[in-house]
Amino acid sequence: MKEIDYLAPASLDEAYAALQNGKTSAFLAGGTDIIVQLREGRKQVDQLIDVKHIPELMRYGWTDGGGLAIGASVPFAEIYEDAEIARRLPCLIDCATLVGGIQIQSRACFGGNIGNSGPAADTVPALIALGATLTLGSREGTRELPLEAFFTGPGQNVLAPGELIVTVNVPPQPARSGAFFHRFIPRNEMDIAVVNVGARLELDAAGERIAGARVSVGAVAPTPLFVEEAGAALVGQAPGEEAFARAADAAAAAARPITDMRGSIAQRVHLTRVLTVRALRRALERAREA
Amino acid sequence: MTTIEKPAYKVIGTRPIRPDGVEKVTGKALYGADVHLPDLVHGAVLRSPHAHARIRSIDTSAAEALPSVLAVVTHADLPAVADTVIDTGEGVTRASDMSLNVLAGDKALYRGHAVAAVAATSAHEALAALDAIAVDYEPLPPVLSVRDAMRADAPLLDENRRTKQPDGALSDGPSNVAAHSRFEGGDLEAAFADADAVVEREFDTKMVHQGYIEPHNGTANWNPDGTLTVWTSTQGAFAVRAMLAELLRLPVSRIRVVPMEIGGGFGGKIGIYLEPLAALLSRECGRPVQLTMDRTDVFQATGPTSGGHMKGRLAVKDGVITAAEVSLAFEAGAFPGSPVMAGAMCMLSPYDVANFRVDAYDVVVNKPKVAAYRAPGAPNAAFCVEQLIDELAREANADPLAFRLRNSAREGTRMITGVAHPRIGHEETIGAARDSDHYQSPIEGPNRGRGVASGFWFNAGMQSSVVASVNPDGTVNLIEGSTDIGGTRASLAMQLAETLGIPYDDVRPTVADTDSVGHNDVTGGSRTAYASGQAVYEAGLDIQRQLVERAARLWECEAEDVSFVDGELRHASDADRRLTFAELAGKQMETGGPLQGRGSVVARSPGAAYGVHVVDVEVDPDTGKVDILRYTIAQDAGTAVHPAYVEGQMQGGVVQGIGWALNEEYYYNEDGRMENASFLDYRMPTSLDLPMIDTIIVEVPNPGHPYGVRGVGEVPIVPPLAAIANAIHDATGHRFTELPISPRRVVEELHHLR
Repeated sequence: MKEIDYLAPASLDEAYAALQNGKTSAFLAGGTDIIVQLREGRKQVDQLIDVKHIPELMRYGWTDGGGLAIGASVPFAEIYEDAEIARRLPCLIDCATLVGGIQIQSRACFGGNIGNSGPAADTVPALIALGATLTLGSREGTRELPLEAFFTGPGQNVLAPGELIVTVNVPPQPARSGAFFHRFIPRNEMDIAVVNVGARLELDAAGERIAGARVSVGAVAPTPLFVEEAGAALVGQAPGEEAFARAADAAAAAARPITDMRGSIAQRVHLTRVLTVRALRRALERAREA
Repeated sequence: MTTIEKPAYKVIGTRPIRPDGVEKVTGKALYGADVHLPDLVHGAVLRSPHAHARIRSIDTSAAEALPSVLAVVTHADLPAVADTVIDTGEGVTRASDMSLNVLAGDKALYRGHAVAAVAATSAHEALAALDAIAVDYEPLPPVLSVRDAMRADAPLLDENRRTKQPDGALSDGPSNVAAHSRFEGGDLEAAFADADAVVEREFDTKMVHQGYIEPHNGTANWNPDGTLTVWTSTQGAFAVRAMLAELLRLPVSRIRVVPMEIGGGFGGKIGIYLEPLAALLSRECGRPVQLTMDRTDVFQATGPTSGGHMKGRLAVKDGVITAAEVSLAFEAGAFPGSPVMAGAMCMLSPYDVANFRVDAYDVVVNKPKVAAYRAPGAPNAAFCVEQLIDELAREANADPLAFRLRNSAREGTRMITGVAHPRIGHEETIGAARDSDHYQSPIEGPNRGRGVASGFWFNAGMQSSVVASVNPDGTVNLIEGSTDIGGTRASLAMQLAETLGIPYDDVRPTVADTDSVGHNDVTGGSRTAYASGQAVYEAGLDIQRQLVERAARLWECEAEDVSFVDGELRHASDADRRLTFAELAGKQMETGGPLQGRGSVVARSPGAAYGVHVVDVEVDPDTGKVDILRYTIAQDAGTAVHPAYVEGQMQGGVVQGIGWALNEEYYYNEDGRMENASFLDYRMPTSLDLPMIDTIIVEVPNPGHPYGVRGVGEVPIVPPLAAIANAIHDATGHRFTELPISPRRVVEELHHLR
């Protein structure tokens, strides 16, 4: 491993300047992915830009409309230890408590998990189900885009040179809605998802029909998938096994996984179906409690 | 539970604190990578990116020209070795194979095979210098399974290798099968013809690693006078010394091996990898050189244990196992020496089977050369035989433990080798498992099942040597040469304290280097508490004899009038004449000078170990995940010297067995690259994957040891693979014959996905 410069900008402007000094960069937030990648020679950069000293990236809070804006570098533990978030957005807690162990969760963050752009990232299907967007910033200004539009391939995304993730925005959730994140790993800890699924269900005023649904599946394609067909298959239906099975079929049809040391194509397609149904069942419970 | 009245031991059977405990939990214990010497430099190893390739040439000149580089070595720097066989205690290896394994010759035989090594002014410079070494490879098709390797048209790892056949003759043509052995007895065909039922299946297992926490390391200092000191993490400093002497053509006395604390071995730290490279680099640059592996190196370039293919056919008649025909083919890795013979000899040893034929094939493949792993060969073979026995019990409508008891081996039963068992404890161990709260409790609920299996391991004896020095205050320093992996400093000190009638805390044990104590074979074969314990007992008797002589001199009487009882010297007829151990220890100068006891043994009666395991599982048929709900292990320990460490060994073996059964495997791509060479994707169980593992220590004393000790470390890994497979069958009705029984395999087989 060659020598690497370390920069710790204290503001967004300093960070943007660092990104344009002509060197190849990687961001260092929790470092739980990048340090490993550098040490194993999977990535090589001239400089690490520590993004834990930029105020906008280190704070989170509720917006006027009832959404949650999370600075990209806020550690998971801060989020899941917030009782208000746990009450209002339990699906966020589902994923934030699953990434790594307590040490990892105390450093790692949503921005890092998204920026690393792994196809199996555990926070992404949960956030897509919740309808999250990203605010990206650069010297030219900021732009906002849906999370599902961010990823372009394994480890690849639309982040332009000079740009960084400022906040992850979870919009206000619809009334009578509930979301759940579910993943499958061979062990009970210390694993990358074989398949993971985030699902949100919104019930109509009578609570008898599904008014809206979002389903996202990870680890079954080069990027996390937002399966609109699965949501469409649910809308207007009575919530229950029959509708969930149709959504699961749609999710499985969208999956285009590979066979590797973490799972086979057949297993992943099968699990996509199983986990979609299980996530929808739990989302329904939460929607009814909401 | 104890089967016979146990003598009233004072120290044996207690649970004192281990002598190495405080240093380990406070982080002060010194491991191999903690060695820091004046002028120490670091090295790096260039490894083959190909699983099978001819090495046309290696050009090191550009690397040598780098200012940071102090030394570069390749196979050409190793002396030609004699074609001798080195017995490391847990297997034998030809010296020439070992020489070709530590640095590849004209062929790279597995991905990760060491090709060259560099020492440089820093570890980073050494790594960078590897890029400057030009190796011209001619890639060859790799052979990655025994089935492929045994095909007539298989690419050959060594064109000159012939199969050593059962009659000792070599095959006419070349082959990847290094040896075929056979055991036969009785009338197999008649027994099958006469059977009530016959079961027959094939089984496959994958290569798995011991997974010790501490990676391999080696630090060497080669002096200009031709003396060499090596600091390393090893299960046997004397074995390292012997192997280095052979590979480097040095007199044994010129080499000193210093065993550092060891972060796990399980058999995998008997062979040598980095030590000879560090020695050659040190000779070339004149400075001490340290080499360490990372986890990827450990997986790809050290010795895991074999995967293989097994075929078994068993018969039952009137509730009795009448015939067994089993064929085992194990991967040896790049050089011969799989544990297939041990597997073959162990798998039927819990039982009395009159008619049998067992074939064992040792097969080379383009994977790392296997090393010992906890009861090498026996778990795989038990995975085959214990599942077939489960099926036979079902055919016979018998409870699986009652069926095993009915067919159990006992004292006098002959093994397939023809050797009769001495006193063994399989029947008592089955009884303990049967009577356990676990087995007596019903298993209920959907997708749940219970499985049992038995396991056998020979245990080893071999050579041990210790010295004990008595201090003037009555404390004792015990100098021994057995690496302490499983608490043997404590269990040896306890046996010496017992023999001398003094408190455990008065004995301070130390594992010494090879210059400082007599020869000790490796800590392997579950031999140390037993064999080094016997040496310790002999040293204690030696001290007793000298104490009696000294007391007689002080009391001006005959030695036969003095006895040593309960740590005291007593006069036969004069009750006033008494000396405690400490009192006499304080009179060494006036009674003959410094008092030392010695014990050197070739221990020949290890006393085999048996374990019987009961496991409950729950299978999620939709995700394929298997949860271990409850696990109970009963095991014959002979005499449990330190019951807590015996229980720890039992639990540890089960944990590794659970990993092997459910998730662990070397996952290769078709080019022979291991794709999961990290603890993230090589899935050993975490604490969250395991229930409490209940232990039942059975004590059927080993008649071959003064305190009845049997080895305990290895046999607990033998039954889990089969016991879990039997439990999963009970839960699902499906018989899994291929390891690991991972979620992927479970859903693919239960849902017919492939």
